[in-house]
Amino acid sequence: MSGVLIVAEHDAGKLKRSSLELAGKASALVSELKGDVSALLVGENVAPLASELGKVGVKRVYCSPQGSANALAEAIKQAQPSVVLATASSFGKDLLARTAMRLGVGLATDCTDLTVEAGKLKARRPIFAGKALVDVVPGGVPQMATVRPNSFPPPQAGSGTAEVVTLTVGSEASGTQVKEVKQAEAGVVDLAEADRIVSGGRSLASADNFKIVRELAGVLGASVGASRAAVDAGYISHDHQVGQTGKTVNPSLYIACGISGAIQHLAGMRTAKVVVAINKDAEAPIFQKADYGIVGDLFEILPALTDEFRKVLKE
Amino acid sequence: MSRGDRFLLDLSPEGGDEKNMKIGVLLKQVPDTATKVKIVNDAIDESEVKWVINPYDEYAVEAALRLKEKAGGGEVVIVTAGPARAVETMRQVLAMGADRGIRIDTAGLTLDPYTTAVMLAAACKDEQFNIIFAGKQAVDDDCAQVHIGVAEFLQIPHVSPIEKFELNADLTQAVVERPVSGGVKEVIEVKLPAVFGCEKGLNEPRYASLPGIMKAKSKPMKELSGRDLLQGKTPLLAQSQYALPPEGRKGKMISGTAHEAAKELVRLLREEAKVV
Ligand SMILES: Cc1cc2nc3c(=O)[nH]c(=O)nc-3n(C[C@H](O)[C@H](O)[C@H](O)COP(=O)(O)OP(=O)(O)OC[C@H]3O[C@@H](n4cnc5c(N)ncnc54)[C@H](O)[C@@H]3O)c2cc1C
Ligand SMILES: Nc1ncnc2c1ncn2[C@@H]1O[C@H](COP(=O)(O)O)[C@@H](O)[C@H]1O
Repeated sequence: MSGVLIVAEHDAGKLKRSSLELAGKASALVSELKGDVSALLVGENVAPLASELGKVGVKRVYCSPQGSANALAEAIKQAQPSVVLATASSFGKDLLARTAMRLGVGLATDCTDLTVEAGKLKARRPIFAGKALVDVVPGGVPQMATVRPNSFPPPQAGSGTAEVVTLTVGSEASGTQVKEVKQAEAGVVDLAEADRIVSGGRSLASADNFKIVRELAGVLGASVGASRAAVDAGYISHDHQVGQTGKTVNPSLYIACGISGAIQHLAGMRTAKVVVAINKDAEAPIFQKADYGIVGDLFEILPALTDEFRKVLKE
Repeated sequence: MSRGDRFLLDLSPEGGDEKNMKIGVLLKQVPDTATKVKIVNDAIDESEVKWVINPYDEYAVEAALRLKEKAGGGEVVIVTAGPARAVETMRQVLAMGADRGIRIDTAGLTLDPYTTAVMLAAACKDEQFNIIFAGKQAVDDDCAQVHIGVAEFLQIPHVSPIEKFELNADLTQAVVERPVSGGVKEVIEVKLPAVFGCEKGLNEPRYASLPGIMKAKSKPMKELSGRDLLQGKTPLLAQSQYALPPEGRKGKMISGTAHEAAKELVRLLREEAKVV
């Protein structure tokens, strides 16, 4: 047992950035864990993506048409890794949980940092919706962890190549069958993966007014988030909600507009690298959690900010 | 007999057994989401915690109650692994309308998702549920694993998280909607029995009524020994180094007119924070 097996995800024919981040981290981990990096790639005609993985240090890619626990268990059987990593996405969390339970090994969910200590993987992860952090050493072999997007920098592509292994997995009588995939409303990007987010709160006061948030987001190439109060008021769909009962996000820039900073909202964005708060109440708790704050009316500040970004980003 | 069949009652309309639908709900008692976390001796200090129903489990309770109402009969059974204090949240759910409770006593045990799932699966196996609802995750450990483990140990399918749930006319299948990344939703057909992890948006949980609260007092509650159910199995996760998140925010306030403040913020984000 040695090396790291990652579960790589892709979308519209491209590897997800979060999977590249994992590949980069896996390469760093194997310098201490020994062995090499392999990947499980799920889907039809995924071989072209395998060469992309080769360029970021993956030595072997197991291609499987289905992303079931059976497929992952088979990849583990062949690769014999000491560590298995996936992105903390719906897919990754689900797949690793079922597989870990089947193999009777430990899984650390939603990790934000990974290290090796005495030859074992140690994972740092938030608990209590980010109000505390803990180190977890998953027991058994392989040790498993899911990792939040944007936790590690994506690696530079090199010139490596990966060997492709096609997995044959008995079609699992899983009892579930996907009947339909409903595409997202235009412009919804995955908040969990987003590198920049502009969020609006109840104070936007209508669905229509949310356009000033969308405009700023548009100029920044950011995704649009919202507080629960804005979602409950019907200004925007639940897909956009950030927080304890919404999405957990990990962007490099989070701009909170007219959001008070309730503990359940902070739960979703606490790990953002840089937080900007715009609020007309100088006492709003969000300012305690912000790197930069502007006290003022968002209906004046957002358009000014959009103009300013438009100007400087054009240069 | 394919796997899982032994859990299945005859639910066909001709069989008339829909009235016997037996619905399990996995319920965890967790600290209130507004609780301030304190760390003492490398552990979470629970002494001043206010305990509540795990918010996602409320959607599970509501889904179970609605299903029973729709079927026109049956039974909603809540299953909790927890110490004696967990009885309080179980009573709240009985007051909402659940029929009876099973508490797996965990006093003195150190648990993780694996061992918790082992105990819950053992209790559920005896009950032969037609369907099991859970939360998509518990908001204390945030593991999103226990219910999936229960499905694995019962060898039945699971889908988590779900935002929509409907039972097919023949009552042997459910059609659910599961959000995946970027606002995309999968519509999934699932053979029962199965485990479902409930997400916000699935429904609006009801409040307990006054008569409900009165009735809850006399509803049956069974206690099982966690130690017995574990049969020697031990946790797989070793946790240490509890810490509060680093604050480290600059907290720099920018003043001036809207235009001036916007200009200064853009400058700082580019030159100081270097994120744009
Ligand atoms: C179990 C549970 C789970 C929850 N989960 C979530 C969750 O996932 N996500 C979440 O966000 N919340 C969640 N909440 C709700 C949370 O407690 C807050 O109620 C919510 O975040 C408040 O949203 P808000 O900041 O938009 O609204 P408010 O708290 O009403 O704040 C509005 C803010 O806008 C400011 N403002 C008003 N007008 C202007 C203006 N013109 N210009 C600038 N600023 C202005 C005000 O000063 C105020 O600070 C949850 C609550 C519970 C109990
Ligand atoms: N101790 C427990 N007792 C009953 N159900 C639980 C327990 N722990 C977790 N669950 C269920 O499993 C779900 C996921 O929990 P977790 O894996 O801890 O995030 C929860 O929402 C509950 O429905």
